Parts: sequence; structure tokens; C-alpha cells
Amino acid sequence: MFRYLLARLATFLPTFIGVTLISFMFIRVLPGDPIIVMAGERGISEERYQELVVKLGYDKPVLAQYWDYLGGVVQGDLGTSFVTKKPVWDEFFALFPATLELSICAMIFAMALGLPAGVIAAVNRGKFFDRALMSSALIGYSMPIFWWALLLIIVFSGNLGWTPVSGRIDLLYYFDDVTGFMLIDSVLSGQEGAFKSAARHLILPTIVLGTIPLAVIARQTRSAMLEVLGEDYIRTARAKGMSPARINGVHALRNALIPVVTVIGLSVGTLLAGAILTETIFSWPGIGKWMVDSIFRRDYPVVQGGLLMIAVIVMIVNLTVDVLYGVINPKIRKR
Amino acid sequence: MKSKLFVATTAFALTASTAFASTLVYCSEGSPEGFDPALFTAGTTFDASSHPVYNRLVEFETGTTNVIPGLAESYEASDDGMEYTFHLRKGVKFHSSDNFTPSRDFNADDVIFSFERQQKEDHPYNKVSGGTWEYFQGMGMGDLVKSIEKIDDHTVKFVLSKPEAPFVANMAMDFASILSAEYGDAMIAAGTPEMMNTAPVGTGPFSFVAYQKDAVIRYKANAEYWKAPADIDNLIFAITPDASVRYQKLKAGECHVMPYPNPADIDAIKVEDGIVMMEQEGLNVGYLAYNTTVAPFDNPKVRKALNMAIDKQAIIDVVFQGSGEIAKNPIPPTMWGYNDAIVDDKYDPAAAKAALEAEGVSGLDMKIWAMPVQRPYNPNARRMAELLQSDFAKVGVNVEIVSYEWGEYLSRSKDLNRDGAVLLGWTGDNGDPDNFLAVLLGCEGREASNRAQWCHQPFEDAIQKAKVITDQGERAKLYEEAQTIFKDQAPWATIAHSVVYMPMSEKVKGYKVHPLGSHIFYGVSVE
Repeated sequence: MFRYLLARLATFLPTFIGVTLISFMFIRVLPGDPIIVMAGERGISEERYQELVVKLGYDKPVLAQYWDYLGGVVQGDLGTSFVTKKPVWDEFFALFPATLELSICAMIFAMALGLPAGVIAAVNRGKFFDRALMSSALIGYSMPIFWWALLLIIVFSGNLGWTPVSGRIDLLYYFDDVTGFMLIDSVLSGQEGAFKSAARHLILPTIVLGTIPLAVIARQTRSAMLEVLGEDYIRTARAKGMSPARINGVHALRNALIPVVTVIGLSVGTLLAGAILTETIFSWPGIGKWMVDSIFRRDYPVVQGGLLMIAVIVMIVNLTVDVLYGVINPKIRKR
Repeated sequence: MKSKLFVATTAFALTASTAFASTLVYCSEGSPEGFDPALFTAGTTFDASSHPVYNRLVEFETGTTNVIPGLAESYEASDDGMEYTFHLRKGVKFHSSDNFTPSRDFNADDVIFSFERQQKEDHPYNKVSGGTWEYFQGMGMGDLVKSIEKIDDHTVKFVLSKPEAPFVANMAMDFASILSAEYGDAMIAAGTPEMMNTAPVGTGPFSFVAYQKDAVIRYKANAEYWKAPADIDNLIFAITPDASVRYQKLKAGECHVMPYPNPADIDAIKVEDGIVMMEQEGLNVGYLAYNTTVAPFDNPKVRKALNMAIDKQAIIDVVFQGSGEIAKNPIPPTMWGYNDAIVDDKYDPAAAKAALEAEGVSGLDMKIWAMPVQRPYNPNARRMAELLQSDFAKVGVNVEIVSYEWGEYLSRSKDLNRDGAVLLGWTGDNGDPDNFLAVLLGCEGREASNRAQWCHQPFEDAIQKAKVITDQGERAKLYEEAQTIFKDQAPWATIAHSVVYMPMSEKVKGYKVHPLGSHIFYGVSVE
């Protein structure tokens, strides 16, 4: 297991350097100069422009700029935002807990519904349940997030008044961040009703962000289950008179989980991408919206720092998934 | 991460009914870049910083562009217009915060501190928070202000390098907000100078309480405000970037006021129960600037003929969906000096075609540049360009629409030899006609903000003369004359002024739509 882990970690370093290079170059190959964008319609004199170029360090060759950036990254310095003039690292960690909280809730929601839905569909292959569930999954997968979110807001918040429209907690509650996770901080605050308010605010964004992973997990579970259910050992188990619940729930599902875990791991990237729209609509103060704003403003340090941090998170999740394979199927770690 | 849990239950964790009785929730459209207005240029930042937290020596009267006394009770200009002396108000208190308790009232040192940090490179605050002081530099204040002298604790003299009548209006702008020099010293001593930007201390009607990034900003009323204290106890900005969601929040009672509704929602909002829609023309103009240095657009008659081919009403209906007004002048009608006697070019394709033929122009091919971004003065430049393309086709002019990434667009459109007419616009900074006419159409602006590359001596003479006279009545006459010349020469097709809509709960009383686009909550109450 240790060697397996080491082999996986060895791929980490080149990927990390590759990501720093790509994130650094990505924003620079986009047309648009951050100083011109900042000046807007007002414009800027050539003299002032050159002053700012020097001040921001753009007078140096790109390779030297990259080297400076990499040197900073190694020391934990991701640079300072052009726009807010604050360290990118501080901004990222101020916003990331909100994205993480929402992503975890969305993933729990997607798994809690997606896994049983996939199993039920597989067991009832070709029947009404199967068709209904898979059609719903397809609709869920194809639904534009923006439209889906607004539809839910209009129905559940606007018309029925069951859920708040947006935000993380009712504005009446005010406490400083301890963990950055509103569900936890609301409990720590000791304010009556704060946890309930935070939970209510999570409902719609969780559903919206979790819809696509839910659809993917359901479909993947179904196809993996179908494959496993056709295996000889399942037939043998049936022949031995084992109960269908034990066959499906223990023998089939465990083996069907490997591709499902892969999909769940890959969904983390999807969740972070989906978070951009979900966060914008629900006024959720996370990293998705922060990144989009920064791209429009050509805020180089934020874009490259944010991309790097997101990439590192995805890499860590994938590493965890690789390790989980080994736990689920011991044969993999011996390869 | 903070280890100590701080629960500010006293201020906000009240029961719903009592808290909302004196709390105004504003669903703002975006996050502030910071809270030191001089560091930034976005209106969203000014809404959250300069208006609630700070004051200026002179201020714009809410709802108008009139300049009224602020922290200066009065001012006078020297006869040559080179010196402005401000007499400061006494007994004005700065806010207290967790980090700072002021030991003295506002005085001349605060004025000098607030400007010198923007001007002098050796000032301890010049480099703090990456200060580039864009507005101060952009308005030419660095070169204009020769020195700032403290006459006594309550008198400050600004010595200018040349006479400049718009100087007073500049002093009412957000970058001219007055910060506490004592707070500045305290933060330097504490090793946290950036707190000036993150934990603002001012003299304004509301003191800053807390900002949760991209989520909520909280303020409380300043009980010691030098005017009367605000009518509301708490002011909350609930940051809500999506316009449809802001509308849903307003409907659900989660906020009292929202800016920038979707044009498509405006009709529905107007008939919504419990919601009042306020509206006013914005202090902006959207235009099509010809390149007046390139033939045949160097001929005013050709430009005038093209202007007659534009169906502006169709543009207002389709592009602005009604939330705009036809522009006949390069300055908006809410601005002093506006020449209402001017008659707009009549939409007449047949006459336009005949006029073009009379000038020997036929089968003309031209480019129209469409901005890639949405602006209040032009919510959909691509659509506007398509309408212009269709209008010009009717008079035999073939239009190719081009566009570039926004930064590229701004750079390339400045080129003296640019091929094509550019769609662009301007939102006023200080309510002074000079801020439109000199910046956008003056000779000095060529190859910069003057996209028409137009330099016409009679027009230039009028605006330069108006710049050095301090009497507003005389200045207004000169600007009216300048607009007549502009209309005759037609360097642009003036297209529209947007209308600013502010939907709010009917419980909100006393709100005034501000022509400069600011959202100001002093003087507002909630029933």
C-alpha cells in the first residue's frame, strides 16, 4: 500500500508544476490588458501606463515573471489581487469554506439519491421505474443550471415562500467566522434559530449544484450494477438461494462501486465548475464567482492563484480516489 | 481563522420585527473592491464606502449634481482662479471602532493627509494597499494641485498650477473623501496600515461594522453625525449579483431596495403590489463616434447625413427596451448647461441618401465597432450595431460590424487612423459639463478618450474659456454654444441616455435617485 501511495504521489510534482505553468500562461494569452481594462472608458496616458507596468512588474520578461511567481508559490505567496489589493491566499481561504460546504452538501445529496436510484433502476431493468429514473437523470443532466436555479427560486421561494431566495443565512444573525462553515458556525454562535436558517439557505443551492452529479452517479451506478449482475458469481449466489437484497446490496453493489467512485472523484471538478453559476445565482460567497469576476477584470494574480488552488484540490481528491480503489479492491494496490 | 468567537448579538440578533423596523437592507449588485474610495474606481465600491462612511469638503446634493457644503462650511476662489480656500466645519467627530478611538475632531490635518497620500510618492500611505490612485491621477489632480497649505486648524488652501473651474466639482468626487490622519498614524504604529482600507473610519452618516466577503456589509448609524443622525439604525448591503434574484428577494421582503433591474422585468415590477419603481435619466450618453480624420467622415455633411439615417426610437425600443431616452446632445438633460433649444437630426432616410449623394458619396463601405460589454449607456452594443447596419443599408451604406475583447477595443479605438465608427459612451464623474465635453471632444483628448479624433477650434475655444471662468451662469452659456457647434459639426451620432430604475419596497421613504449613479441611504427611512 505504501509503495502504491508513493507511486501516486510521484505523479503529483510534475502535475503541480504543469498546473502552475498553465495557470500562469492561460490568463496571459487571453487578449486584454489589465491596466487598460482597469482604466475603462476614461483611458490612461502612456506615461501613467508605463508607470503602472513597472509597478505591477510587467516590464520583466515573461519567463522572469513566471520564475518570481513560482518562487512565491513555493513559499506560500500567491501574490496580491490587482483589484482588492489583498493577498490572493487570504481571499481564497476566506471564500473557500463556503464553496466546500456547498460542494459537500451537493455531493451528499447526489450520492444519497443517485446510488439507490441507480441500483433500483438496474434491478428493475426495462421496467417503469428504470425508464422513469433514467429519463429523469437525463433531464437533470441536460438542464441548464441557470434556468434550473431560477425556476426553483421562483417556485419555492417566490411563490410558495418555503425557502429563502439567496444568501447563506438570514441577515438577522450576525457572528464572526470560526470555521467558515455556516452550519458549524451557526451552532457555535449559540444563537437560536441560526442553524435552522443556515440549513434552509442550503436547500436550493444544494439541489441545483447536486443535480448533475446526481444524474451522472445514478446512470453510472445503473450500468455498473447491470454489468456485475450478469457475472457468474451473482448467478451462483442466486442459485444458492441468497436473498435478493443481500445479492444486490452486498455482492453486486460493492463490485459496482469502483467505476462509481471514479465518477464521484471526477465530479469534484464538475462541482467546482458548477459552483461558478450556482454561487452567482444564489449570492453564495465562494470561489466560483470570485474566479469569474477576476477573469473579466484580468486580475492575473487571482486567476493564476485560484486556478492553482482548485487544481491542487482536484489532484488531492483524485489521489484520495486512487487510494480508495485500493481499499475497495485489494487487487488494484498489488498491480 | 479567528479563534475567538465574537457574537455581536446586541446589534443585530434582534427579533425579526424590531430589527427590520430600523434596518434597511439594500440588495447591492456586487462586492466592493475595498473601503478606501481613493484606491478604486467602481461605483459599487463608492456605494459601500464614500457615501455611507465618509464625507468630502463639498458634496453633491443627493438627487442633483449641485455642489453643496460638506466638511467645509464655505470656500472661496481667488480672482485669478488659482487658489481655493476652504473653511472647515468645527466639532465633526470621526467614528470609533474596535481598533481606534479618535482623540480629536476633524481638522485641516485630515484634509492634507487625505490628498497628500494620493499625490506625494514619499508619503507613508502612498504605496499602502498597492495604491495607484487612479481617479486622482485620471482627473489630472496630480498636476493640477501645486500645494495644499494649512492656514490654521480649520482653514485649508489649495494652490493650483492653472485656473480650473471644475476643481470644486472634483472635490465632491469619491476619491476626495476625507480620512482621519490620526487613524492613519495609529495604523502605521500598529503595523497594520491596510486597515485604512479594510476597516474604514470616517465622519459619514454610518459607521462600518463588518464585511463578510462577497456576502454582507453591515453599518450602523453614526449617532454623532454632524448633520442629524440617520433615520435608520442599521444599514445592510446584501450582495446579490444576479438581477432576477434581486427582484425575487425584493418580492420576498428579503431586501428593501435593489439597483439595476433586468430591462425585461421592468414592466412586471412596475405593477407589482408593494413595490415602488423610481426612475431618473442617468448622467450618461451612448454615442457612435465617427473617425473625423478619415474620408469621407472628415466631411461634416456626410456625418450629418448618416445621423439622419438613424432610427433612434427603434434603438430605444429594441436595445434599451424602453429604459432609455433619445440623446440629442453630448451631455445628458439632467446636467446644468444642457442646451434644450437644439433640435435633433430628423430621421429621414430619403433626405439622408440625397445628402450623401450630394457630397459624392455612394456605395460607401464602413465598419461599426460594437463593444463586447454591457454598459448602462449601451446595454447591447451588438444589437445596436445591427440596427445601425440596417438603417445605413437603407441609404446605400454597407456596414461591417467588428468587435474586440474589451481591453483591445478600448486601446484600438483610440488609434488616429482607426477604420470605422465606434460605439461607446460615458458616465459622468462630477456633474460638470467639462467632464463630458472636454474629456470626450476636446483637442487634447485625441488619440485617447476623444474617439471621434475631432479637434474643431471654435468648439475648443468655447470649452477652454468655460474651464477658467468660475461663474456658473457664464460657463453654462459657453457650454450651450459648444453644443450648438457640436450639433452642426456632428462628430458623433448621439444615441441615448439610459434611464436608471430603482425598485424598492413601498415601506421605504425619502429615497432619491442620484443622477451620478450613487446609491445613498442617508435621509431614507423604513416604515
